[in-house]
Amino acid sequence: MARLLKNPIALVGLAIIALYVLIVIISQFWLPFDPLQMDVAHILESPSFRTGHLFGTDEFGRDILSRIMKGTGISLLIAVIATAIGAAIGTFMGVWAGFLGGAWDHWIMRLADVLFSFPSLLLAIFVMAILGENTYNVIIAIFIVYIPQFARVSRGAVLAIKNNEFVRAAFSSGADRRFVLSRHLLPNIMMPIIVQSSLSLSVAILLESALSFLGLGVQPPYPSWGNMLSSARKVMMLAPWTAIYPGLAIMGLVLGFNLLGDGLRDILDPRLRNIK
Amino acid sequence: MGRYIFRRLLSLIPVLLGVSIIVFFLVRLIPGSALQMYLGTQVEATPAQMEELRRIFGEDKPVPVLYVEWLGRLLRGDLGYSLRTGREVLPDILQRLPLSIELTFYALFLSLIIGIPLGILSALKHDPVTDVSIRITGLLGLSLPQFWLASLMVIAFSGFHGWIPMGNYVGLFKAPLDNLRMLFFPSLAIGIGLAAVIMRYTRNSMLEVLQMDYIRTAQAKGLAKRIVIIRHALRNAILPVITVAGFNTGYLLGGAIVIEEVFALPGMGRLALYAIYQRDYSLIQGIVLVIATLFVLVNLVTDLIYAAVDPRIRLETREG
Repeated sequence: MARLLKNPIALVGLAIIALYVLIVIISQFWLPFDPLQMDVAHILESPSFRTGHLFGTDEFGRDILSRIMKGTGISLLIAVIATAIGAAIGTFMGVWAGFLGGAWDHWIMRLADVLFSFPSLLLAIFVMAILGENTYNVIIAIFIVYIPQFARVSRGAVLAIKNNEFVRAAFSSGADRRFVLSRHLLPNIMMPIIVQSSLSLSVAILLESALSFLGLGVQPPYPSWGNMLSSARKVMMLAPWTAIYPGLAIMGLVLGFNLLGDGLRDILDPRLRNIK
Repeated sequence: MGRYIFRRLLSLIPVLLGVSIIVFFLVRLIPGSALQMYLGTQVEATPAQMEELRRIFGEDKPVPVLYVEWLGRLLRGDLGYSLRTGREVLPDILQRLPLSIELTFYALFLSLIIGIPLGILSALKHDPVTDVSIRITGLLGLSLPQFWLASLMVIAFSGFHGWIPMGNYVGLFKAPLDNLRMLFFPSLAIGIGLAAVIMRYTRNSMLEVLQMDYIRTAQAKGLAKRIVIIRHALRNAILPVITVAGFNTGYLLGGAIVIEEVFALPGMGRLALYAIYQRDYSLIQGIVLVIATLFVLVNLVTDLIYAAVDPRIRLETREG
């Protein structure tokens, strides 16, 4: 933790994420306008202090800032849940594969290879096509993409420390497998998993927004950054602000997770420090 | 090298078999059979009629048997028929494929010619300010939603005649210059993230190589700086960059799917979205299979290039 505070890159990332979390909390109690309320008298108004629509209004007269704030919670929630489930299942599979070896390892990793044969966006789109378009299925589509990634990372981490002396010592002093796994292996592979999680959260935000942009994710009228950009396409030549702000919101949060992940990787791997 | 290629090709078989199993069984998970989709919502069939139809379409056999039959047809190049148009799936896909592949490689090309020179230049300027700004630029490139960037390009450049394709797409062989100009911004939108990654890798790799003894030797013997950098350093530094670029090519293909939608380009991505909106599952199945196969092949080619450039890789696998 102390090392985290000394790493400016990770710290900036953390600050950006904290800002978004703050927005989510505020949006639960207060929004400048009702994000779903249409207002035909104020269609496509440009951003202005005078009207109170700081980011302007969309083609239905809805306040873009309020919709972005509301969408923050949805995007963040989807990303966090999907990454958590993907990390839990993937790590479980990877740890057992690395720990047990043999046939288990072989089959789990072959399955991961097969899932890796799909570009992640294509796999997510394919899963959405089968399950149907709604918010819960976006979570499923994203965590399926993540399972092989976490399996590979955690397996690698387990293999790297499995034959260390402290693990062998634990076994020879009579500890059973479950004990060694929970007491010795898991704590030692947490760091790569955390780094992977941070980077995965950034990709999850991008995947969710891409799916919603294509009309496969969060369905209107509920705002998500992706579907806001999608509906902005019809009017963005007239009203560029409908496309600019939701995209900036996505980029900011994704950048936050990327900075955090990158900084954490530095802390984890001291060899990189001198090069970068 | 021949043996290595053969072994790598052999290792593709189980992976592609796995891909076919996943695609086949996932499509079977769809609520309501494909047959029902085919009939549409207007046609009411009694259970007995459905049974009869299932027999006619050969759907009454156990699922594993159906899979083997399907795989057999697949190997003969028969991807089935569209549930909506009744046309063969494969010719439609093959017609759309070249554009998506062109976008992918155009994007790869742009990311290399942007990323590598910037990476080299930044490696020559090794100070804390450059370090941090390169790092942040790299991460920024990764954080840009491609489809958003594409939308901004449409807003900014739609006034420039012929630069933004909007339903007036022309093929590469019909009008090469128009085609390349039209696909410049779409490819840039797809490739800019990779350009940032390549820049960072080139820089790190260059910095590592520039510390080596043989570089110092080359400098000491009085070679021009330019020659040392290009002939001695870059040649060795470029290896990891090739791998990163190669393994990301498949992801560019994924990016092409979304970008085609933004610029209304008639490629595989638009076909896939059309198939999804229309619930045309045999078409979706075909597209996913074709893209996954391409993806696996691109990764194989990357491996092979890497092995060709670096003999240690080949030897390692032979021993291991």
